[in-house]
Amino acid sequence: MSVDAQTVRRIAHLARIAVSEADVAPLQGELNAILAFVEQLGAVDVANVEPMTSVTPMAMKKRADVITDGDRAQEVVANAPETEDHYFIVPKVVE
Amino acid sequence: MNAPVNPKKLIKGGLHDWEVVIGMEIHAQVTSRSKLFSGAPTAFGAEPNAHVSLVDAAMPGMLPVINEECVAQAIRTGLGLKAKINLRSVFDRKNYFYPDLPQGYQISQYKDPIVGEGEVLVDLADGESITVGIERLHLEQDAGKSLHDQSPNQSFVDLNRSGVALMEIVSRPDLRSSEEARAYVTKLRTILRYLGTCDGDMEKGNLRADVNVSVRRPGEPLGTRCEIKNVNSIRFIGQAIETEARRQIAILEDGGKIDQETRLFDPGKGETRSMRSKEEAHDYRYFPDPDLLPLEFEQAYVDGLAGGLPELPDAKKARFVSEFGLSAYDAGVLVAERASADYYEAVAKGRDGKAAANWVINELFGRLNKEGRGIEETPVSAAQLGAIIDLIGEGVISGKIAKDLFEIVWTEGGDPRQIVEARGLKQVTDTGAIEAAIDAIIAQNPDKVTQAKEKPTLLGWFVGQTMKATGGKANPAAVNALLKSKLGIE
Repeated sequence: MSVDAQTVRRIAHLARIAVSEADVAPLQGELNAILAFVEQLGAVDVANVEPMTSVTPMAMKKRADVITDGDRAQEVVANAPETEDHYFIVPKVVE
Repeated sequence: MNAPVNPKKLIKGGLHDWEVVIGMEIHAQVTSRSKLFSGAPTAFGAEPNAHVSLVDAAMPGMLPVINEECVAQAIRTGLGLKAKINLRSVFDRKNYFYPDLPQGYQISQYKDPIVGEGEVLVDLADGESITVGIERLHLEQDAGKSLHDQSPNQSFVDLNRSGVALMEIVSRPDLRSSEEARAYVTKLRTILRYLGTCDGDMEKGNLRADVNVSVRRPGEPLGTRCEIKNVNSIRFIGQAIETEARRQIAILEDGGKIDQETRLFDPGKGETRSMRSKEEAHDYRYFPDPDLLPLEFEQAYVDGLAGGLPELPDAKKARFVSEFGLSAYDAGVLVAERASADYYEAVAKGRDGKAAANWVINELFGRLNKEGRGIEETPVSAAQLGAIIDLIGEGVISGKIAKDLFEIVWTEGGDPRQIVEARGLKQVTDTGAIEAAIDAIIAQNPDKVTQAKEKPTLLGWFVGQTMKATGGKANPAAVNALLKSKLGIE
Protein backbone atom coordinates (compact mmCIF):
# COMPACT_ATOMS: atom_id res chain seq x y z
CA MET A 1 0.00 0.00 0.00
CA SER A 2 1.22 3.49 -0.80
CA VAL A 3 -0.20 6.99 -1.07
CA ASP A 4 0.05 9.47 -3.91
CA ALA A 5 0.41 13.24 -3.57
CA GLN A 6 -3.33 13.78 -3.96
CA THR A 7 -4.09 11.40 -1.06
CA VAL A 8 -1.60 13.25 1.12
CA ARG A 9 -3.38 16.55 0.43
CA ARG A 10 -6.74 14.93 1.10
CA ILE A 11 -5.70 13.38 4.42
CA ALA A 12 -4.19 16.69 5.51
CA HIS A 13 -7.42 18.47 4.66
CA LEU A 14 -9.59 15.91 6.47
CA ALA A 15 -7.37 16.30 9.55
CA ARG A 16 -7.47 20.10 9.19
CA ILE A 17 -3.65 20.26 9.05
CA ALA A 18 -2.22 22.97 6.79
CA VAL A 19 0.36 21.30 4.55
CA SER A 20 2.18 23.54 2.12
CA GLU A 21 2.67 22.32 -1.44
CA ALA A 22 6.44 22.10 -0.83
CA ASP A 23 5.86 19.67 2.05
CA VAL A 24 3.62 17.27 0.11
CA ALA A 25 6.38 15.30 -1.62
CA PRO A 26 8.54 14.78 1.53
CA LEU A 27 5.44 13.81 3.53
CA GLN A 28 4.39 11.36 0.86
CA GLY A 29 7.83 9.74 1.15
CA GLU A 30 7.62 9.55 4.94
CA LEU A 31 4.09 8.14 4.93
CA ASN A 32 5.01 5.50 2.36
CA ALA A 33 8.03 4.49 4.44
CA ILE A 34 5.75 4.05 7.47
CA LEU A 35 3.21 2.09 5.44
CA ALA A 36 5.93 -0.16 4.07
CA PHE A 37 7.23 -0.76 7.59
CA VAL A 38 3.76 -1.69 8.87
CA GLU A 39 3.12 -3.82 5.82
CA GLN A 40 5.64 -6.38 7.11
CA LEU A 41 2.85 -7.49 9.46
CA GLY A 42 1.08 -8.81 6.37
CA ALA A 43 3.52 -11.71 6.36
CA VAL A 44 1.93 -13.12 9.54
CA ASP A 45 -1.06 -15.43 9.05
CA VAL A 46 -3.81 -14.17 11.39
CA ALA A 47 -6.72 -15.87 9.62
CA ASN A 48 -7.90 -17.64 12.79
CA VAL A 49 -6.85 -15.09 15.37
CA GLU A 50 -9.48 -12.93 17.13
CA PRO A 51 -8.56 -9.24 17.03
CA MET A 52 -7.09 -8.28 20.41
CA THR A 53 -9.16 -5.67 22.19
CA SER A 54 -7.42 -5.72 25.56
CA VAL A 55 -4.09 -6.85 26.97
CA THR A 56 -5.79 -8.78 29.75
CA PRO A 57 -9.13 -10.47 29.12
CA MET A 58 -11.73 -8.29 30.79
CA ALA A 59 -15.29 -7.07 30.31
CA MET A 60 -16.02 -3.39 29.67
CA LYS A 61 -16.78 -1.46 32.86
CA LYS A 62 -20.25 0.05 32.97
CA ARG A 63 -21.70 2.98 34.88
CA ALA A 64 -25.04 3.12 36.70
CA ASP A 65 -27.44 5.73 35.27
CA VAL A 66 -26.91 8.41 37.90
CA ILE A 67 -26.02 12.08 37.57
CA THR A 68 -22.54 12.62 38.94
CA ASP A 69 -21.30 15.53 36.84
CA GLY A 70 -22.25 18.81 35.17
CA ASP A 71 -22.83 22.29 36.62
CA ARG A 72 -19.32 23.42 35.74
CA ALA A 73 -19.95 25.62 32.70
CA GLN A 74 -17.21 28.06 33.78
CA GLU A 75 -14.58 25.28 33.79
CA VAL A 76 -15.90 23.85 30.51
CA VAL A 77 -15.42 27.11 28.62
CA ALA A 78 -12.33 28.24 30.57
CA ASN A 79 -9.87 27.54 27.74
CA ALA A 80 -12.03 28.86 24.91
CA PRO A 81 -10.58 31.84 22.99
CA GLU A 82 -13.96 33.53 23.13
CA THR A 83 -17.06 32.96 25.25
CA GLU A 84 -20.31 34.70 26.11
CA ASP A 85 -22.81 33.64 28.79
CA HIS A 86 -20.93 30.32 28.97
CA TYR A 87 -21.38 29.68 25.24
CA PHE A 88 -18.34 28.89 23.11
CA ILE A 89 -18.11 31.54 20.39
CA VAL A 90 -16.81 30.41 17.00
CA PRO A 91 -16.68 31.95 13.52
CA LYS A 92 -20.06 31.62 11.83
CA VAL A 93 -20.76 28.10 10.57
CA VAL A 94 -24.09 27.81 8.85
CA GLU A 95 -25.54 25.75 6.01
CA MET B 1 -37.87 -4.34 -1.63
CA ASN B 2 -39.58 -5.46 -4.82
CA ALA B 3 -43.10 -5.92 -3.53
CA PRO B 4 -45.86 -5.70 -6.17
CA VAL B 5 -46.37 -2.11 -7.27
CA ASN B 6 -49.59 -0.51 -6.05
CA PRO B 7 -50.76 1.78 -8.90
CA LYS B 8 -52.48 4.09 -6.40
CA LYS B 9 -49.13 4.94 -4.84
CA LEU B 10 -47.44 6.01 -8.08
CA ILE B 11 -46.70 9.65 -8.71
CA LYS B 12 -47.79 11.01 -12.08
CA GLY B 13 -45.03 12.82 -13.90
CA GLY B 14 -45.41 14.73 -17.15
CA LEU B 15 -44.45 11.66 -19.20
CA HIS B 16 -44.66 8.59 -16.96
CA ASP B 17 -45.85 7.19 -13.67
CA TRP B 18 -43.09 6.98 -11.06
CA GLU B 19 -42.61 4.89 -7.96
CA VAL B 20 -40.97 6.60 -5.00
CA VAL B 21 -38.72 4.47 -2.79
CA ILE B 22 -38.04 5.64 0.75
CA GLY B 23 -35.81 4.42 3.54
CA MET B 24 -35.34 6.17 6.85
CA GLU B 25 -32.75 6.67 9.54
CA ILE B 26 -34.48 7.72 12.73
CA HIS B 27 -32.44 9.29 15.51
CA ALA B 28 -34.20 8.65 18.80
CA GLN B 29 -32.86 10.14 22.01
CA VAL B 30 -32.54 7.42 24.64
CA THR B 31 -34.49 8.11 27.81
CA SER B 32 -31.88 8.12 30.58
CA ARG B 33 -30.89 10.39 33.43
CA SER B 34 -27.25 10.75 32.44
CA LYS B 35 -25.32 10.70 29.17
CA LEU B 36 -24.05 7.69 27.21
CA PHE B 37 -20.43 8.00 28.37
CA SER B 38 -20.51 10.56 31.20
CA GLY B 39 -22.38 11.39 34.40
CA ALA B 40 -23.72 14.75 33.17
CA PRO B 41 -27.52 15.14 33.05
CA THR B 42 -29.58 14.78 29.87
CA ALA B 43 -32.49 17.04 30.88
CA PHE B 44 -33.66 19.57 28.26
CA GLY B 45 -33.54 23.31 28.70
CA ALA B 46 -30.55 23.90 31.01
CA GLU B 47 -28.34 27.00 30.97
CA PRO B 48 -25.63 26.93 28.27
CA ASN B 49 -23.01 24.24 28.95
CA ALA B 50 -24.44 23.50 32.42
CA HIS B 51 -25.06 19.84 31.56
CA VAL B 52 -21.54 19.20 30.35
CA SER B 53 -18.79 17.11 31.94
CA LEU B 54 -15.15 17.34 30.93
CA VAL B 55 -15.72 14.07 29.01
CA ASP B 56 -18.47 15.68 26.90
CA ALA B 57 -16.24 18.69 26.28
CA ALA B 58 -13.49 16.29 25.11
CA MET B 59 -10.86 17.62 27.48
CA PRO B 60 -7.51 15.81 27.09
CA GLY B 61 -7.20 12.65 29.16
CA MET B 62 -10.94 12.17 29.74
CA LEU B 63 -12.18 8.65 29.15
CA PRO B 64 -15.69 7.44 28.29
CA VAL B 65 -17.45 4.95 30.60
CA ILE B 66 -20.67 3.47 29.21
CA ASN B 67 -24.04 4.01 30.89
CA GLU B 68 -25.58 0.58 31.52
CA GLU B 69 -29.15 1.89 31.32
CA CYS B 70 -28.58 3.21 27.78
CA VAL B 71 -27.48 -0.29 26.76
CA ALA B 72 -30.61 -1.77 28.38
CA GLN B 73 -32.80 0.79 26.58
CA ALA B 74 -31.28 -0.11 23.20
CA ILE B 75 -31.90 -3.81 23.90
CA ARG B 76 -35.51 -3.15 24.95
CA THR B 77 -36.05 -1.17 21.76
CA GLY B 78 -34.52 -3.98 19.70
CA LEU B 79 -36.88 -6.46 21.35
CA GLY B 80 -39.83 -4.14 20.64
CA LEU B 81 -38.80 -4.14 16.96
CA LYS B 82 -38.70 -7.98 17.00
CA ALA B 83 -35.04 -7.66 16.14
CA LYS B 84 -31.94 -9.75 16.62
CA ILE B 85 -29.96 -8.62 19.68
CA ASN B 86 -26.20 -8.89 19.19
CA LEU B 87 -24.53 -10.14 22.37
CA ARG B 88 -21.31 -8.52 21.21
CA SER B 89 -21.10 -5.13 19.56
CA VAL B 90 -18.33 -2.61 18.99
CA PHE B 91 -18.02 1.18 19.31
CA ASP B 92 -16.25 3.00 16.52
CA ARG B 93 -15.09 6.54 15.95
CA LYS B 94 -16.77 8.40 13.10
CA ASN B 95 -14.38 11.23 12.29
CA TYR B 96 -15.43 14.69 11.12
CA PHE B 97 -14.90 18.28 12.18
CA TYR B 98 -17.69 20.54 13.32
CA PRO B 99 -17.74 23.14 16.09
CA ASP B 100 -20.44 21.31 18.05
CA LEU B 101 -18.42 18.07 18.03
CA PRO B 102 -15.53 18.77 20.40
CA GLN B 103 -13.99 15.29 20.15
CA GLY B 104 -13.52 15.63 16.39
CA TYR B 105 -15.31 12.27 16.14
CA GLN B 106 -18.63 10.80 17.16
CA ILE B 107 -18.58 7.54 19.10
CA SER B 108 -20.96 5.33 17.16
CA GLN B 109 -21.32 1.71 16.08
CA TYR B 110 -20.41 0.87 12.51
CA LYS B 111 -19.78 -2.76 11.57
CA ASP B 112 -21.11 -4.41 14.71
CA PRO B 113 -24.26 -2.68 16.00
CA ILE B 114 -26.04 -3.75 19.19
CA VAL B 115 -29.25 -4.62 17.32
CA GLY B 116 -29.62 -6.35 13.95
CA GLU B 117 -32.59 -7.04 11.68
CA GLY B 118 -36.16 -6.57 12.83
CA GLU B 119 -39.50 -5.33 11.55
CA VAL B 120 -42.35 -2.92 12.22
CA LEU B 121 -45.99 -3.57 11.30
CA VAL B 122 -47.54 -0.35 9.99
CA ASP B 123 -51.30 0.20 9.59
CA LEU B 124 -52.40 2.61 6.87
CA ALA B 125 -55.55 4.73 6.72
CA ASP B 126 -57.29 2.53 4.15
CA GLY B 127 -57.04 -0.51 6.43
CA GLU B 128 -54.04 -1.94 4.58
CA SER B 129 -50.96 -3.00 6.60
CA ILE B 130 -47.34 -3.11 5.51
CA THR B 131 -44.29 -4.63 7.15
CA VAL B 132 -41.24 -2.38 7.16
CA GLY B 133 -37.89 -4.08 7.59
CA ILE B 134 -35.44 -2.74 10.15
CA GLU B 135 -31.85 -3.13 9.05
CA ARG B 136 -30.16 -2.26 12.34
CA LEU B 137 -30.20 -0.13 15.46
CA HIS B 138 -27.02 1.25 16.94
CA LEU B 139 -26.03 3.43 19.88
CA GLU B 140 -24.19 6.70 19.35
CA GLN B 141 -23.51 10.10 20.87
CA ASP B 142 -25.50 13.18 20.01
CA ALA B 143 -23.60 16.34 19.06
CA GLY B 144 -23.91 19.77 20.67
CA LYS B 145 -26.02 22.59 19.33
CA SER B 146 -24.94 25.68 17.40
CA LEU B 147 -26.99 28.86 17.49
CA HIS B 148 -26.55 31.03 14.42
CA ASP B 149 -28.97 33.85 15.09
CA GLN B 150 -27.21 35.53 18.01
CA SER B 151 -24.63 37.39 15.95
CA PRO B 152 -24.10 38.19 12.25
CA ASN B 153 -20.65 36.63 12.00
CA GLN B 154 -20.37 34.21 14.90
CA SER B 155 -22.01 30.98 16.03
CA PHE B 156 -22.71 30.16 19.68
CA VAL B 157 -22.01 26.58 20.74
CA ASP B 158 -23.78 24.82 23.60
CA LEU B 159 -22.64 21.28 24.41
CA ASN B 160 -25.54 20.31 26.69
CA ARG B 161 -26.75 17.75 24.16
CA SER B 162 -23.22 16.58 23.39
CA GLY B 163 -22.82 12.97 24.47
CA VAL B 164 -26.51 12.27 25.09
CA ALA B 165 -27.30 8.72 23.91
CA LEU B 166 -29.07 8.29 20.60
CA MET B 167 -30.44 5.18 18.94
CA GLU B 168 -30.12 5.34 15.19
CA ILE B 169 -32.81 3.07 13.75
CA VAL B 170 -32.24 2.29 10.09
CA SER B 171 -35.13 0.98 7.98
CA ARG B 172 -34.92 -0.92 4.73
CA PRO B 173 -36.08 0.99 1.64
CA ASP B 174 -39.52 -0.59 2.06
CA LEU B 175 -41.66 2.55 1.99
CA ARG B 176 -43.47 3.56 -1.22
CA SER B 177 -45.27 6.83 -0.44
CA SER B 178 -45.13 9.82 1.87
CA GLU B 179 -48.22 8.44 3.61
CA GLU B 180 -46.41 5.14 4.35
CA ALA B 181 -43.38 7.07 5.60
CA ARG B 182 -45.50 9.17 7.96
CA ALA B 183 -47.34 6.08 9.21
CA TYR B 184 -44.03 4.30 9.79
CA VAL B 185 -42.58 7.12 11.90
CA THR B 186 -45.85 7.44 13.81
CA LYS B 187 -45.83 3.72 14.60
CA LEU B 188 -42.16 3.66 15.53
CA ARG B 189 -42.76 6.62 17.85
CA THR B 190 -45.69 4.78 19.47
CA ILE B 191 -43.53 1.70 20.06
CA LEU B 192 -40.70 3.77 21.57
CA ARG B 193 -43.13 5.57 23.88
CA TYR B 194 -44.72 2.29 25.02
CA LEU B 195 -41.27 0.91 25.74
CA GLY B 196 -40.27 4.10 27.57
CA THR B 197 -36.98 4.12 25.68
CA CYS B 198 -37.53 7.50 23.94
CA ASP B 199 -40.15 10.15 24.69
CA GLY B 200 -40.64 10.83 20.97
CA ASP B 201 -40.79 14.59 21.51
CA MET B 202 -40.09 15.87 18.01
CA GLU B 203 -40.37 19.54 18.96
CA LYS B 204 -37.40 19.15 21.29
CA GLY B 205 -35.51 17.22 18.61
CA ASN B 206 -35.67 14.00 20.63
CA LEU B 207 -36.85 12.15 17.52
CA ARG B 208 -35.67 13.25 14.08
CA ALA B 209 -35.37 11.61 10.70
CA ASP B 210 -32.95 11.44 7.81
CA VAL B 211 -35.02 10.44 4.80
CA ASN B 212 -33.54 8.66 1.78
CA VAL B 213 -35.62 9.26 -1.33
CA SER B 214 -35.26 7.90 -4.86
CA VAL B 215 -37.66 7.40 -7.75
CA ARG B 216 -37.89 4.79 -10.48
CA ARG B 217 -40.23 3.59 -13.21
CA PRO B 218 -42.16 0.60 -11.79
CA GLY B 219 -40.20 -2.60 -12.17
CA GLU B 220 -36.86 -0.88 -12.80
CA PRO B 221 -33.83 -1.10 -10.47
CA LEU B 222 -33.50 1.42 -7.64
CA GLY B 223 -32.72 4.98 -8.71
CA THR B 224 -30.00 7.21 -7.27
CA ARG B 225 -31.06 8.45 -3.85
CA CYS B 226 -30.76 11.74 -2.04
CA GLU B 227 -30.67 11.98 1.72
CA ILE B 228 -32.77 14.70 3.33
CA LYS B 229 -31.21 15.46 6.70
CA ASN B 230 -32.79 16.17 10.05
CA VAL B 231 -36.49 16.47 9.33
CA ASN B 232 -38.12 17.15 12.66
CA SER B 233 -41.87 16.67 12.32
CA ILE B 234 -44.05 13.95 10.86
CA ARG B 235 -45.85 16.47 8.66
CA PHE B 236 -42.54 17.81 7.30
CA ILE B 237 -41.38 14.25 6.57
CA GLY B 238 -44.39 13.86 4.27
CA GLN B 239 -43.83 17.25 2.62
CA ALA B 240 -40.09 16.70 2.19
CA ILE B 241 -40.70 13.38 0.41
CA GLU B 242 -43.34 14.81 -1.94
CA THR B 243 -41.13 17.79 -2.76
CA GLU B 244 -37.99 15.74 -3.29
CA ALA B 245 -39.72 13.03 -5.38
CA ARG B 246 -41.17 15.69 -7.70
CA ARG B 247 -37.80 17.40 -8.02
CA GLN B 248 -36.16 14.12 -9.03
CA ILE B 249 -38.96 13.22 -11.47
CA ALA B 250 -38.66 16.62 -13.17
CA ILE B 251 -34.90 16.14 -13.62
CA LEU B 252 -35.26 12.59 -14.96
CA GLU B 253 -38.07 13.46 -17.35
CA ASP B 254 -35.91 16.28 -18.72
CA GLY B 255 -33.28 13.67 -19.52
CA GLY B 256 -31.04 14.61 -16.59
CA LYS B 257 -29.56 12.43 -13.87
CA ILE B 258 -29.73 12.55 -10.09
CA ASP B 259 -26.58 13.34 -8.12
CA GLN B 260 -26.32 11.38 -4.91
CA GLU B 261 -26.13 14.08 -2.25
CA THR B 262 -27.29 15.31 1.11
CA ARG B 263 -30.13 17.82 1.03
CA LEU B 264 -31.99 20.00 3.50
CA PHE B 265 -35.77 20.51 3.53
CA ASP B 266 -36.93 24.12 3.90
CA PRO B 267 -40.58 24.00 4.98
CA GLY B 268 -40.97 27.76 4.56
CA LYS B 269 -39.99 27.71 0.90
CA GLY B 270 -41.35 24.19 0.28
CA GLU B 271 -38.12 23.03 -1.36
CA THR B 272 -35.13 20.82 -0.70
CA ARG B 273 -31.66 22.18 -1.35
CA SER B 274 -28.20 20.75 -1.55
CA MET B 275 -25.90 20.82 1.51
CA ARG B 276 -22.68 20.84 -0.47
CA SER B 277 -20.52 21.36 2.59
CA LYS B 278 -21.50 17.91 3.88
CA GLU B 279 -20.19 16.18 0.76
CA GLU B 280 -16.53 15.95 1.67
CA ALA B 281 -17.47 14.98 5.20
CA HIS B 282 -18.60 11.60 3.94
CA ASP B 283 -15.09 10.22 4.39
CA TYR B 284 -15.59 9.30 8.03
CA ARG B 285 -12.56 6.99 8.45
CA TYR B 286 -14.32 4.75 10.98
CA PHE B 287 -12.14 2.71 13.29
CA PRO B 288 -12.80 0.88 16.59
CA ASP B 289 -12.61 3.31 19.53
CA PRO B 290 -9.48 2.33 21.48
CA ASP B 291 -10.99 3.85 24.66
CA LEU B 292 -13.81 1.31 24.75
CA LEU B 293 -13.85 -2.47 24.96
CA PRO B 294 -16.44 -4.40 22.94
CA LEU B 295 -19.92 -4.28 24.48
CA GLU B 296 -20.77 -7.80 25.63
CA PHE B 297 -23.61 -9.32 27.64
CA GLU B 298 -25.28 -12.70 28.13
CA GLN B 299 -28.52 -13.95 26.58
CA ALA B 300 -29.89 -14.25 30.15
CA TYR B 301 -29.53 -10.45 30.50
CA VAL B 302 -31.56 -9.95 27.30
CA ASP B 303 -34.18 -12.45 28.49
CA GLY B 304 -34.50 -10.58 31.78
CA LEU B 305 -35.17 -7.32 29.92
CA ALA B 306 -37.63 -9.09 27.61
CA GLY B 307 -39.56 -10.28 30.69
CA GLY B 308 -39.96 -6.69 31.86
CA LEU B 309 -41.38 -5.29 28.62
CA PRO B 310 -44.90 -3.85 28.65
CA GLU B 311 -47.66 -5.10 26.37
CA LEU B 312 -46.86 -3.49 23.00
CA PRO B 313 -49.34 -1.70 20.70
CA ASP B 314 -49.86 -4.58 18.23
CA ALA B 315 -50.64 -7.06 21.01
CA LYS B 316 -52.83 -4.57 22.85
CA LYS B 317 -54.77 -3.78 19.69
CA ALA B 318 -55.40 -7.48 19.01
CA ARG B 319 -56.54 -7.94 22.60
CA PHE B 320 -58.92 -4.96 22.46
CA VAL B 321 -60.48 -6.44 19.31
CA SER B 322 -60.95 -9.90 20.82
CA GLU B 323 -61.68 -8.95 24.44
CA PHE B 324 -63.90 -5.89 23.94
CA GLY B 325 -65.29 -6.59 20.46
CA LEU B 326 -63.88 -3.36 19.00
CA SER B 327 -63.28 -2.70 15.31
CA ALA B 328 -59.63 -2.80 14.26
CA TYR B 329 -59.88 0.92 13.53
CA ASP B 330 -61.19 1.90 16.97
CA ALA B 331 -58.68 -0.39 18.67
CA GLY B 332 -55.92 1.27 16.62
CA VAL B 333 -57.03 4.74 17.71
CA LEU B 334 -57.11 3.69 21.36
CA VAL B 335 -53.68 2.03 21.45
CA ALA B 336 -51.84 4.88 19.66
CA GLU B 337 -50.88 6.26 23.07
CA ARG B 338 -50.31 4.05 26.06
CA ALA B 339 -52.07 6.57 28.33
CA SER B 340 -55.16 6.51 26.08
CA ALA B 341 -55.22 2.72 26.09
CA ASP B 342 -54.89 2.64 29.89
CA TYR B 343 -57.70 5.19 30.24
CA TYR B 344 -59.94 3.22 27.90
CA GLU B 345 -59.30 0.00 29.74
CA ALA B 346 -60.19 1.60 33.06
CA VAL B 347 -63.48 2.81 31.56
CA ALA B 348 -64.26 -0.47 29.77
CA LYS B 349 -63.58 -2.70 32.77
CA GLY B 350 -66.85 -4.38 33.75
CA ARG B 351 -68.78 -2.37 31.14
CA ASP B 352 -69.79 -2.66 27.51
CA GLY B 353 -66.50 -2.31 25.60
CA LYS B 354 -68.02 -0.79 22.49
CA ALA B 355 -70.01 1.82 24.40
CA ALA B 356 -66.88 2.71 26.36
CA ALA B 357 -64.89 3.02 23.10
CA ASN B 358 -67.52 5.31 21.59
CA TRP B 359 -67.49 7.58 24.60
CA VAL B 360 -63.71 7.69 24.87
CA ILE B 361 -63.08 8.23 21.15
CA ASN B 362 -66.00 10.46 20.17
CA GLU B 363 -66.76 12.49 23.27
CA LEU B 364 -63.55 12.54 25.28
CA PHE B 365 -60.93 12.59 22.47
CA GLY B 366 -63.15 14.97 20.50
CA ARG B 367 -63.31 17.39 23.41
CA LEU B 368 -59.60 17.03 24.22
CA ASN B 369 -58.64 17.69 20.59
CA LYS B 370 -60.86 20.74 20.49
CA GLU B 371 -58.94 22.21 23.42
CA GLY B 372 -55.56 20.95 22.26
CA ARG B 373 -55.08 18.87 25.39
CA GLY B 374 -53.54 15.41 25.81
CA ILE B 375 -55.16 12.49 27.59
CA GLU B 376 -52.98 13.21 30.65
CA GLU B 377 -54.78 16.53 31.06
CA THR B 378 -58.35 15.24 30.90
CA PRO B 379 -60.62 16.85 33.50
CA VAL B 380 -62.97 13.84 33.26
CA SER B 381 -61.46 10.81 34.96
CA ALA B 382 -62.00 7.24 33.79
CA ALA B 383 -64.14 6.66 36.91
CA GLN B 384 -66.34 9.66 36.13
CA LEU B 385 -66.81 8.66 32.48
CA GLY B 386 -67.52 5.09 33.61
CA ALA B 387 -70.25 6.38 35.95
CA ILE B 388 -71.88 8.33 33.10
CA ILE B 389 -71.92 5.19 30.94
CA ASP B 390 -73.39 3.21 33.86
CA LEU B 391 -76.19 5.80 34.26
CA ILE B 392 -77.14 5.34 30.59
CA GLY B 393 -76.97 1.55 30.90
CA GLU B 394 -79.23 1.61 33.96
CA GLY B 395 -81.77 3.74 32.10
CA VAL B 396 -81.35 6.59 34.61
CA ILE B 397 -80.42 9.15 31.95
CA SER B 398 -80.90 9.32 28.19
CA GLY B 399 -77.98 9.45 25.75
CA LYS B 400 -78.72 13.10 25.10
CA ILE B 401 -78.69 14.04 28.77
CA ALA B 402 -75.52 12.00 29.14
CA LYS B 403 -73.77 14.40 26.78
CA ASP B 404 -74.97 17.36 28.84
CA LEU B 405 -73.82 15.55 31.98
CA PHE B 406 -70.40 14.95 30.37
CA GLU B 407 -70.15 18.68 29.71
CA ILE B 408 -71.02 19.46 33.35
CA VAL B 409 -68.43 17.00 34.66
CA TRP B 410 -65.87 18.42 32.18
CA THR B 411 -66.32 22.01 33.34
CA GLU B 412 -67.36 21.62 36.98
CA GLY B 413 -66.16 18.18 38.02
CA GLY B 414 -68.06 16.16 40.60
CA ASP B 415 -69.70 12.76 40.95
CA PRO B 416 -71.99 12.15 37.94
CA ARG B 417 -74.52 10.23 40.07
CA GLN B 418 -74.87 13.08 42.55
CA ILE B 419 -75.11 15.65 39.76
CA VAL B 420 -77.99 13.70 38.16
CA GLU B 421 -79.75 13.52 41.53
CA ALA B 422 -79.16 17.15 42.49
CA ARG B 423 -80.14 18.68 39.17
CA GLY B 424 -83.07 16.42 38.36
CA LEU B 425 -81.54 15.07 35.16
CA LYS B 426 -83.14 11.67 35.64
CA GLN B 427 -84.94 10.35 32.64
CA VAL B 428 -88.73 10.31 32.94
CA THR B 429 -89.84 6.70 32.60
CA ASP B 430 -93.15 7.41 34.29
CA THR B 431 -95.48 6.86 31.32
CA GLY B 432 -98.15 8.98 32.98
CA ALA B 433 -96.06 12.12 32.77
CA ILE B 434 -94.95 11.36 29.21
CA GLU B 435 -98.53 10.62 28.19
CA ALA B 436 -99.68 13.94 29.55
CA ALA B 437 -97.05 15.75 27.52
CA ILE B 438 -97.99 13.84 24.38
CA ASP B 439 -101.69 14.44 24.85
CA ALA B 440 -101.05 18.18 25.11
CA ILE B 441 -99.01 18.17 21.88
CA ILE B 442 -101.65 16.15 20.04
CA ALA B 443 -104.37 18.49 21.22
CA GLN B 444 -102.46 21.55 19.99
CA ASN B 445 -101.59 20.12 16.56
CA PRO B 446 -104.63 18.39 15.07
CA ASP B 447 -103.42 19.07 11.48
CA LYS B 448 -100.08 17.34 12.10
CA VAL B 449 -101.93 14.37 13.62
CA THR B 450 -103.95 13.94 10.43
CA GLN B 451 -100.83 14.27 8.27
CA ALA B 452 -98.95 11.74 10.37
CA LYS B 453 -101.43 9.03 9.47
CA GLU B 454 -100.47 9.55 5.76
CA LYS B 455 -96.82 10.26 6.38
CA PRO B 456 -95.37 8.19 9.28
CA THR B 457 -92.01 10.01 9.08
CA LEU B 458 -93.71 12.89 10.91
CA LEU B 459 -93.28 10.74 14.00
CA GLY B 460 -89.85 12.29 14.36
CA TRP B 461 -91.36 15.73 14.74
CA PHE B 462 -93.64 14.49 17.55
CA VAL B 463 -90.69 12.80 19.28
CA GLY B 464 -88.79 16.09 19.11
CA GLN B 465 -91.70 18.05 20.56
CA THR B 466 -92.20 15.54 23.37
CA MET B 467 -88.51 15.60 24.28
CA LYS B 468 -88.59 19.37 24.27
CA ALA B 469 -91.66 19.43 26.49
CA THR B 470 -90.00 17.05 28.99
CA GLY B 471 -86.66 18.87 29.00
CA GLY B 472 -84.95 16.01 27.18
CA LYS B 473 -85.55 13.73 30.13
CA ALA B 474 -88.22 11.47 28.67
CA ASN B 475 -87.11 7.94 27.92
CA PRO B 476 -86.91 7.90 24.10
CA ALA B 477 -88.09 4.28 23.81
CA ALA B 478 -91.17 5.02 25.93
CA VAL B 479 -91.90 8.18 23.92
CA ASN B 480 -91.70 6.28 20.65
CA ALA B 481 -93.97 3.50 21.80
CA LEU B 482 -96.59 5.84 23.25
CA LEU B 483 -96.62 8.13 20.19
CA LYS B 484 -97.03 5.22 17.79
CA SER B 485 -100.04 3.88 19.63
CA LYS B 486 -101.66 7.31 20.09
CA LEU B 487 -101.13 8.38 16.47
CA GLY B 488 -102.05 4.98 15.14
CA ILE B 489 -98.78 4.52 13.27
CA GLU B 490 -97.39 1.02 12.80
